[in-house]
Amino acid sequence: MTDAVAGLPPRESKVIKYLKGMALIRESVVGMIGLGLIVFWVVMALLADLLAPFPPNATLYPLAMPGQFVEGMGTFWLGTDHLGRDILSRIMHGSRAVLIFAPLATFCAYVVGIPMGLAAGYRRGMTDAVLSFVANVILSFPVLVLYIIIIATIGASAVNIVIAVTFASAPGIFRIVRGLVLDLRSREYVFAAETRGESPWRIMLVEILPNARGPLIVDACLRVGYVIITIGVLGFLGLGLPPPDPDWGGMINETRQMAMSFPHMTIFPCIAISSLVLGFNLLADGLREVSLRD
Amino acid sequence: MSTKQEYEGPILECRNLSISYFTRAGEIPAVVDFNLTLEQGGSVGLVGESGCGKSTVAMAIMQYMGSNGGIVGGQVIYKGRDLATCSEEELRQLRGNEISMVYQEPMASLNPSMTLGTQLMEVPLCHEEITEKEAYDRAVQILADVNLPDPERVMASYPHQISGGQQQRVVIAMALLSNPSLLLLDEPTTALDVTVEAGIVELIGEIAKKFNTSMIYISHNLGLILATCDRVNVMYSGVVVESGSVEEVFDHMRHPYTKGLFSCIPLPGTDKLAHPLVPIRGQLPLPHERPSGCYFGPRCDFFEAGRCDQAMERGTTPMHEVTGRAGHTVRCERWSEIDWESYKPEGVVAHPSERGHEVLSIDNMRKYYELTDNSIGAMISGKRVRYVKANESISFKAHECETIAIVGESGCGKSTFAKVLMGLETATDGDVMFNGKDVAELPVQNRSPEQVGSMQMVFQNPFDTLNPSHSVGAQLARVIRKFGVESDPVKIENRVMELLDLVKLPRDFARRRPRQLSGGQKQRVGIARAFAGNPAMVVADEPVSALDVSVQAAITGLLMDIQHTYRTTLLFISHDLSLVRYLADRVVVMYLGQIMEQGTTDEVFAPPYHPYTEALLSAVPIADTSIQKKRIILEGNLPSVMSPPKGCPFNTRCPRKIGDICETQVPPFAEDHPGHIIMCHIPMADLRAVDPVIVQVDKDKSAAE
Repeated sequence: MTDAVAGLPPRESKVIKYLKGMALIRESVVGMIGLGLIVFWVVMALLADLLAPFPPNATLYPLAMPGQFVEGMGTFWLGTDHLGRDILSRIMHGSRAVLIFAPLATFCAYVVGIPMGLAAGYRRGMTDAVLSFVANVILSFPVLVLYIIIIATIGASAVNIVIAVTFASAPGIFRIVRGLVLDLRSREYVFAAETRGESPWRIMLVEILPNARGPLIVDACLRVGYVIITIGVLGFLGLGLPPPDPDWGGMINETRQMAMSFPHMTIFPCIAISSLVLGFNLLADGLREVSLRD
Repeated sequence: MSTKQEYEGPILECRNLSISYFTRAGEIPAVVDFNLTLEQGGSVGLVGESGCGKSTVAMAIMQYMGSNGGIVGGQVIYKGRDLATCSEEELRQLRGNEISMVYQEPMASLNPSMTLGTQLMEVPLCHEEITEKEAYDRAVQILADVNLPDPERVMASYPHQISGGQQQRVVIAMALLSNPSLLLLDEPTTALDVTVEAGIVELIGEIAKKFNTSMIYISHNLGLILATCDRVNVMYSGVVVESGSVEEVFDHMRHPYTKGLFSCIPLPGTDKLAHPLVPIRGQLPLPHERPSGCYFGPRCDFFEAGRCDQAMERGTTPMHEVTGRAGHTVRCERWSEIDWESYKPEGVVAHPSERGHEVLSIDNMRKYYELTDNSIGAMISGKRVRYVKANESISFKAHECETIAIVGESGCGKSTFAKVLMGLETATDGDVMFNGKDVAELPVQNRSPEQVGSMQMVFQNPFDTLNPSHSVGAQLARVIRKFGVESDPVKIENRVMELLDLVKLPRDFARRRPRQLSGGQKQRVGIARAFAGNPAMVVADEPVSALDVSVQAAITGLLMDIQHTYRTTLLFISHDLSLVRYLADRVVVMYLGQIMEQGTTDEVFAPPYHPYTEALLSAVPIADTSIQKKRIILEGNLPSVMSPPKGCPFNTRCPRKIGDICETQVPPFAEDHPGHIIMCHIPMADLRAVDPVIVQVDKDKSAAE
């Protein structure tokens, strides 16, 4: 009996295998740039307390220009805003909210969208008709209007942003998963699972879903980027995180009146948002490039 | 066509052509040292397994290599011009005008959003100064030349409105429109059914005569090469291993690979006990892992260390002239030494089966699919529900240890039948008795694990049969647990190892992912999975049709061995009559959801035939020069199952139709011997009088006469 198992290479742990797969991203220059941008912001968020030169909410010195040195305080590398708060410190602290809530909201949207897509694509018929109808109704609203309605109804808070994003993104994910499942369900290994009497949920989750992961991972990266923009837009509309905690979208909103005279107040938060979104988009491109090669 | 200059001498010459692809892993030599001379009106076949460089050669001749491929040595000379020196503009004039190509998949070669007429007229309009009217007339004429009925209607149709065989005729017509001097055909019939294929092959033969076009015919099927070409190049792993006239190579082959290739294919004339299939061991080396010296060395029974694996100047063994045989060359160091007479390799021995008790009995099984028509017209006429008769009156029996072949072309209801058996669909009517229990209306969820495990399936597509996300071992273990064979993890592991032993795979394959396996290895795992629950019956749905010939023999042999050991009943669904002849005990011939003929293999393959069986037999390409067969080309297309013909389902295409009775009455089941049933109106005496389709001719005798 031991002979049967002896001589086989030891099982590699699943985590290591997965990381090895992920490491392929090294071969894509674009993907590495994207990953670099993301890692940069993650480090910023983690070490904001240590790296930020000033407390983010403290009024220090109003209307300092970028790089201005103030006696007794230090250099405001990115200047200060209309209330005299250091913009660099606020951007660094603001990255925390974005990097927590954007992936969380995306994850929640997937948790809702994947089972719906699996059921619709695998069962087809009535299930598909009903789920697709619901998804189409939600998708027919202009996204922004949808966000405003939801946030206005349930109030502006971090949790409610996650709920709103989930509600608005899940139909899109549903459609992607459904399309992938419609293709995968006719594979012979699914047929084989059916002929040995596996339960439908086992077939959907164990036989079909793992084979749809490639496109879904790429989509998730893109979607995190869009959610970051969404959170920024909500902040800009005043529907984001409640003040005074720094929020990139909110920072732009608060200072937009003065953008003509003090452009640095709006430009730096904008650059923060776009660099992070760009990071996720480039990573998605890189992942797609690497996955197509294999 | 006065623009084309007359040219004497060979149309095409390839001299020491070497082609490489450049990838991340570096330069990969795809084709090495390729030589070919094609005379005016001649036809050369390129035959070999997948990945041996056949299509690469065709692409190189077109000078259309893609961004990562290139010719790294040698020349392609077309009518005396080295194509490498031509500019892009000159090449564009050549392609489509002088050199045309026909691809494998007709649907993918035609633009679905343009009418066929527009697409056809484009060719002369692009290459010649010609009016639309002339172009139209020329297109109609060429459609008539490729034997398409009603060319005017075809001109106005879109590709999806005509059948696959007709599409391929249009593609060939398009290639011929500019009257090219050279026609490249890359597996032109692989995607088609055998009876349709027979028509296309005949057409290709006519073209060479009618237009005096030179042809290069690429195929993996030796039988088709025999039917279409006068010279043949056998390719293996990027090199031509043997070249010569078709008769010379087919009758006096010298290279061990060519010999091996012929031993791998079952010939319908032969008895399985007398002519064992001999698989070629090992597998095709990857282009960057080719051995030094002879590329076939590691798989060759005549390999001589120090001689065959010697590094050569050109990378591999040079071509040798076969002395006394003009034009016959072979790439083997030992060609003159090998004694083929005394060479008796151990083949796949077919076991005579002793049939046991009855396992499966199907009586009058029907499967109809309901189609609800929601159009307004249907609502008004009241005919909202229509039936697709996928299976109609299916009756036969299968015994223990017996191999039953179900034969038919695509759309004949084979797959539906398999689904009903497996419980994925329930029968509309009739009985399916499996091991004494009626399972006709028992879906798979309601069957006991033991019932499910005792009837399993081997699937067609090796690249699709295993889940790419799970390891081989995990997939086998799941089946064992599911069927309740074992529940203890250690015992399951042991059983997985036993199964891998059974299908002759190394045990460490349990840890591998399906993508690390070759097609043949995957199919072995598929077989192991089917036998995991000690099944009483296994349904094999075209288990080898997607594999290369040298692997096919090994898989077929394995399946038969296991079946014999476990006394399993095997339902073998196939369209390959040669293979069926080789391994089946009894044959069931299906057409449009109905059984046209059934009987023992010998009975079905000899008169009396059902006219459809007769046509199927004549359509099988046979790679044996000593076999003569009748040519029966079926007219028309397979009717749709939505509106099957009244009376006999085959009456629309039947070459032996006797009259109105065929169109009005369903034929009776006439019995020749007990068990040999033919569904036909023609009197049995007339059917008995028909000549056999396949006749073995003794060549020496006929030459003497």
